[in-house]
Amino acid sequence: MTAIDSPSHVSAQVPAPRRRRGLRGIGFHLVMAPLSALWIAPMVFVVLVAFRSFADITSNGLGALPASFSFDGFTTVFTQALAGGALINSAVITAFTVFFSLLLASWAAFALSRYEIPFRRGLLLTMLAGNLLPPQILLIPVARICDSLGIADTLFALILVQTAFGLGFYTFVLHGFMRSIPGEIFEAAKVDGAGEIRTYLRLVLPLCRPSLAALAALATTWVWNDLLWALTVLRTETKFPITAELLNIQGGFVSQWNVVAAGAVIAALPTAAVFLIAQRQFVSGLTLGSNK
Amino acid sequence: MTATLGAATTTGATTRLPRRRGRLKRVPPVIWAFLILPFAFEIALVFWPAVNSFYIALTKWNGAGAPEFIGLKNFANLATDPVFGQALGNTVIWMVGFGGASIVIGLCLAVALNKPRRFVGLYRGAIYLPMVFSLAVTGLFWRLLYQPEGAVNTVLGSIGLGSLEQQWLADPNTALYAVLIAAVWRQCGYIMVLYLAGLKGIDPTLEEAAAVDGATRWQRFWRIVMPQLRGVNTVVIAVTVIDSLRTFDIVWAMTRGGPYNSTQLLSTYMYQTSFSTVDLGYGSAIAVVIFLLAVVFIIGYLVRASREED
Repeated sequence: MTAIDSPSHVSAQVPAPRRRRGLRGIGFHLVMAPLSALWIAPMVFVVLVAFRSFADITSNGLGALPASFSFDGFTTVFTQALAGGALINSAVITAFTVFFSLLLASWAAFALSRYEIPFRRGLLLTMLAGNLLPPQILLIPVARICDSLGIADTLFALILVQTAFGLGFYTFVLHGFMRSIPGEIFEAAKVDGAGEIRTYLRLVLPLCRPSLAALAALATTWVWNDLLWALTVLRTETKFPITAELLNIQGGFVSQWNVVAAGAVIAALPTAAVFLIAQRQFVSGLTLGSNK
Repeated sequence: MTATLGAATTTGATTRLPRRRGRLKRVPPVIWAFLILPFAFEIALVFWPAVNSFYIALTKWNGAGAPEFIGLKNFANLATDPVFGQALGNTVIWMVGFGGASIVIGLCLAVALNKPRRFVGLYRGAIYLPMVFSLAVTGLFWRLLYQPEGAVNTVLGSIGLGSLEQQWLADPNTALYAVLIAAVWRQCGYIMVLYLAGLKGIDPTLEEAAAVDGATRWQRFWRIVMPQLRGVNTVVIAVTVIDSLRTFDIVWAMTRGGPYNSTQLLSTYMYQTSFSTVDLGYGSAIAVVIFLLAVVFIIGYLVRASREED
């Protein structure tokens, strides 16, 4: 929590009127400090429960302050619930989906942003619209398509489906960014005899690195956090990602709250890590396009 | 996946490219491939399935054999289905409660944390953090908190509000709101990010001038700041409604629609009828209703996105 620095844009703002500043400042912190604490409290509680022993929870109650410190919850999660490899599944799904989404999106965005494609705006908005559809309208047919292609219940199918569904948004954002690259750069590349693929690889991708990084941070958390597509496409529990496996933990370790809490903490850690390491990219990803 | 369109937050004061400059007249074949591959992929796995749902909604189908065409009968049945009625009502409560609370709190937080001050980064980080957790994780966190002996009841008891202690998720009267609070806790950070970006784009000199003219903080906020946030408001509302209609994971993780359908939303009911009862025609009909509720906001969103484009 301490590695957080405020994003860059805080510098050039209205200088607050200096009068009564001390008093108001205290009032501000009197409100914000407890509020932030309240926001963090649920996480602290879950972490505390995760490190308590089962005996402590049963005898002192779930809401009591910890009277024990134990890794039992984590050990149980790793040796029993996650023995099927849910974390690895999640990592595989996330890595491939993020890679393919950004690859395909960067192709489409490059074509739409730099060439006179007929109806390019309509095509772009159509692609974006696909990402705005409620997934419910896709679930049944997608499950049937996976069946008929013989890829139902595979990680491959889940990667395909998630890539297709996210594509529109990434294309839209990358398109906005690529449009803002000055045309002279492309003309110069053309004069130098660079072909389309060379331009894409040597010019567009490097220039788009900031937005690709931001989208990658965002997409990683989104794909990692998915539950609905996993439930729709997958049936075999050993193929489940961590989100779906969590629900099994909840059902399989009823009232063993230290185990449930440990599972939730383990599932939350990777995305929390992405956020803490790449907060700037993450936050700017959410508002990409607004400051192009 | 959230319906994030952070992308359209402020009206672009973009440096416009001279038209046609930098775009090549002829479209080379490889560029067509660059466009058609992703587009065909999206058509095959997004648009084609979506169109199919509309047809399946007009059939009776249990997944085996051929679907039997029954016209609008599924929709007629929905109209008299009490569970559907409850799910629809809950979805409306969810949209208003989840949307209203997270927008108001997110906006207030953005205004409070907009200016640089000591600890602002820390406060922001605290509010942001829940947004990176999956809804399934959020659901489990709050399930723990809401247990009869969990933190919520313990805290209530220790501050002398023991009379309010209850079985939050087991009581049909409180379950929906209990889940809603958990969802709002996670969403506020996201809304705050969008408004912070919007506030960054507004002209500070206007507010300064109004302050010199003696406008109160309250007047400055409503007369000067809010009108400039109109674009962000559109995005925030569209995103919130679209998100509300898709809400599934958190309810599934916390209550699965129970007790007695008190937390049943259209999305969870759709999932149950489709994958537990395996009444695919009826499930598709619910999906079509969800789509129809979302479509106005999707179009609103797209209109804004296209205005942004050029």
